[in-house]
Amino acid sequence: MKKINLKINGRRLSCLEGKTIMQVAHDNGIEIPNLCYHPDLPVKANCRVCVVEIVDRKNLATACSTPVAAGLEIKTDSERVKRSRNLNLELIFAEHIKRCPTCIWRFNCQLLEYAEKYKIEITHFSDRKSKRKVYKFANAVEIDGRQCIDCRHCLDVCNDVQKINYLKLTGKGIDQEIVPASEHRGLPFIGKKAKPADCIYCGQCALHCPAGAAQEQSHWHLVEKALRDKSPLPPFVKGGKVLVAQFAPSIRVSIGEEFGAPYGKIMSGQVVAALKKLGFNYVFDVNFGADITTIVEAEELVARVKSGIPPDKGGQRGVLPMLTSCCPAWIKYIEFYRPDLMPNLTTARSPQSHSAGLIKTYWAEKMKINQKNILTVSIVPCTAKKFEAGRAELKIRGNWPIDYCLTTRELAWLIKKHGIDFFKLKPAASDNPLGESSGAAAIYGATGGVMESALRTAEYLLATARDTVCLEENKKNKMSLKAGHGRVEFKQARGLAGVKEAVVELAGKKLRIAVVNGIGQIQPVFDKLNDYDYIEVMACPGGCIGGGGQPIPTTKEIIKKRLEALYKIDAGASVRRAHENKEALRALRWLKGKGKLRAQVLYTKYRKKS
Amino acid sequence: MSDILSKIKKANLVGRGGAGFFVAEKWLSVAKALESKSADNKKCFVVCNAAEGEPGVMKDGCILEHYAARVIDGIKIAIDFLSAERAFLYLNYAYHKKLNKKLASLIKDAKIEIFVKPINSGYIGGEESAILNAIEGKRIEPRLRPPFPTTSGLWGRPTLINNVETFYNVSLVAAGQFKNTRFYTISGDCPFEGVFELPDNLTVEKILKQTDNFPKFPFFIQVGGNVSGEVFNAKQLKRPASGAGAITVYSRAKNDFKKVVKNWLNFYVNESCGQCAPCREGIYRLRDVFMKEKIDWRLFNDLLDNLSDASFCALGAAAAVPIKSLIKNVYHEKN
Repeated sequence: MKKINLKINGRRLSCLEGKTIMQVAHDNGIEIPNLCYHPDLPVKANCRVCVVEIVDRKNLATACSTPVAAGLEIKTDSERVKRSRNLNLELIFAEHIKRCPTCIWRFNCQLLEYAEKYKIEITHFSDRKSKRKVYKFANAVEIDGRQCIDCRHCLDVCNDVQKINYLKLTGKGIDQEIVPASEHRGLPFIGKKAKPADCIYCGQCALHCPAGAAQEQSHWHLVEKALRDKSPLPPFVKGGKVLVAQFAPSIRVSIGEEFGAPYGKIMSGQVVAALKKLGFNYVFDVNFGADITTIVEAEELVARVKSGIPPDKGGQRGVLPMLTSCCPAWIKYIEFYRPDLMPNLTTARSPQSHSAGLIKTYWAEKMKINQKNILTVSIVPCTAKKFEAGRAELKIRGNWPIDYCLTTRELAWLIKKHGIDFFKLKPAASDNPLGESSGAAAIYGATGGVMESALRTAEYLLATARDTVCLEENKKNKMSLKAGHGRVEFKQARGLAGVKEAVVELAGKKLRIAVVNGIGQIQPVFDKLNDYDYIEVMACPGGCIGGGGQPIPTTKEIIKKRLEALYKIDAGASVRRAHENKEALRALRWLKGKGKLRAQVLYTKYRKKS
Repeated sequence: MSDILSKIKKANLVGRGGAGFFVAEKWLSVAKALESKSADNKKCFVVCNAAEGEPGVMKDGCILEHYAARVIDGIKIAIDFLSAERAFLYLNYAYHKKLNKKLASLIKDAKIEIFVKPINSGYIGGEESAILNAIEGKRIEPRLRPPFPTTSGLWGRPTLINNVETFYNVSLVAAGQFKNTRFYTISGDCPFEGVFELPDNLTVEKILKQTDNFPKFPFFIQVGGNVSGEVFNAKQLKRPASGAGAITVYSRAKNDFKKVVKNWLNFYVNESCGQCAPCREGIYRLRDVFMKEKIDWRLFNDLLDNLSDASFCALGAAAAVPIKSLIKNVYHEKN
């Protein structure tokens, strides 16, 4: 590409042709404010906050959409630019009701930041949208029309990236409004074959909203109340609860961003310390649950593959391909859009359900605490996990394993709200015995991670010709572990490609795998489903590190950094296979022979949704 | 250079949609866009804009009613010139109702498809890139430029969009019958409202006089349409009727400042597509400010400047034109 010269604010710069003014300015340390620009989405240029003046052009130009050209003289802060930009900011603020005191977006709010930076009166005009509706999607996500600034990012991610087509834009001019398809009669039916659309709760709309209009349905205030009311330890006051927090694999590499840490900084110790400081009695690592998930899932995979005796020899094939089930948005997708594939889903519960289930049974028994007196809060990178936590079929002995789910953003908000200096916290280790985990668990947060973890354990099972992981701590166990030592890393599953396909050989058995990175990429895999034995699907691009509950902004570049951090944890772990996690084996041993309880803790079933 | 293109160039044809772009230049840029594509990728389209959504402009309807064969001929010439896949006649709903049969019989088996402008698409439904969205079944609102329709229009293919009168002129030019006339729509407080074919270099004053429409009372005029046209006072009539060639006469006695501006603002509040902040929010606030007992003129002017300076599309920018010119040429006129 050609190099050209131009001037911005009097500075002579050279840059590559084909870039936009916004990009060139950014590359040269000149920040141009914007609200409707997201590097991963098409340029829409509708907020008009990034206007710049180009000498000798009649009108102002939007920096996000205008390509650079040789000889341009650009002013980003002239009086004319200021007047227009500030007015547009004021006009946009008037679309957005202020509920700042309880808005978890407050500390990161771009609107407030610009208001301060450009000395803008945010209440210059009266609120225009205060009578708009708030649309709630299950207990997971909401779109608050009173806060929407009409940037349309949510439409782009829901329709073009995720291809769910649940959000629609109705009305025009000042009547324009984002509404769910269920409210928009007629339109969700596009073409002859199309089915009605439903939300899968992935929360990508929330992750891309610059104004907090699309958000998780917040539960932090319930957790805050529980923390206030908790039982002092010991002794347990009657009716008081023991508060237990558990945090998901991908939180540790993203939460630092909320406090200004570089992307991909690993902060497991601070997360534990912060949760303790907030008042949780115990803090466990969902990585432990991920190891349980891997073992259960790998056993099922091997069973399904092994039962694949060719039909002509009288055998019956296990239902293949097997599909992963950790992602709750993917589960909702299957139950609503493709219920015919429910038998393909692994029956293993998700990591957060496995660890929470063990907390309220195994750990509760150890600690001699009635499970009814335990309140578990799951810290997740996800909005759909809130929905998962409320699934009735996950109840164990009539109790919910998880009481509340908070997103990464909600936890960061609580930490800030309580004045905790995140970086000054002394890193702490998560509590035992549910604190131990393998490197295989760490990578659950990345696309391909569940696949890779399961393959590590499946290879061990196939190499040792076992149906289940050996739970006994004896010589045989150690020997068999050794026998499985082939390779640890399955690089075919890694990376940010939309679909990753490979044939992997596990102890002589060929397995055709596919990893779907983002639900919007699923179609080509659906088209040749029978060409695979095992498929991992994560609804969010990047996997959980790009989840709907993660810090904002989340972009492809940022996702890459978080991803690298997870693989770093894995590479540095002393134990890298789930079935080598001794505490996980101990917990499974405890469950052995517990019949119904074992089934309740480890497995689940699915139900068609319409 | 092809025969027709040099003829168009020689006749100096200017687009009659309102923007006044040189026709030869537009045709050439579509042809150039096609040249750069590989041999199996040379699909392109032609669109005839017969939306005529601007109040106070009626000439396209008139032309279609009387000279439909010429218009269809002009479209066919464009199809031939570009070897276009297909042409769309994007037709105003009312015209379709009236002329459908006639147009269909003229089109016969030509590669021209009548696409009726969706009835709820409103004012913005006549903007050329919004037309592309309408035909593609997308939300009807302007597209981001660049890319321009000439390089990436319908379904991403190079697309030539011209107005009804432009295609009419192309047909005349091809037949060597172009006489440098154009169609003027005259309306408002005048005795002979209607569409008149007159030389294209007449001044507004001459047009009004030749049609016996020159008012004998205090008045001002709007040139280019009832809502987006520029306003001039009675001393400013020695200028051509540019744009879409519409002249609206306003009697000063019947049209006080407040009433006229209010009408425009109401129109724009209803017709803004809602895509960009300066138009969607700005016009709404303009009306708010204007309807107050004490008008905040500084804010009012800032909102107007912002419209012309920072709107997404030309229609947003045009919304400021009548108000600004009314204030400048009529409200502040020194008599």
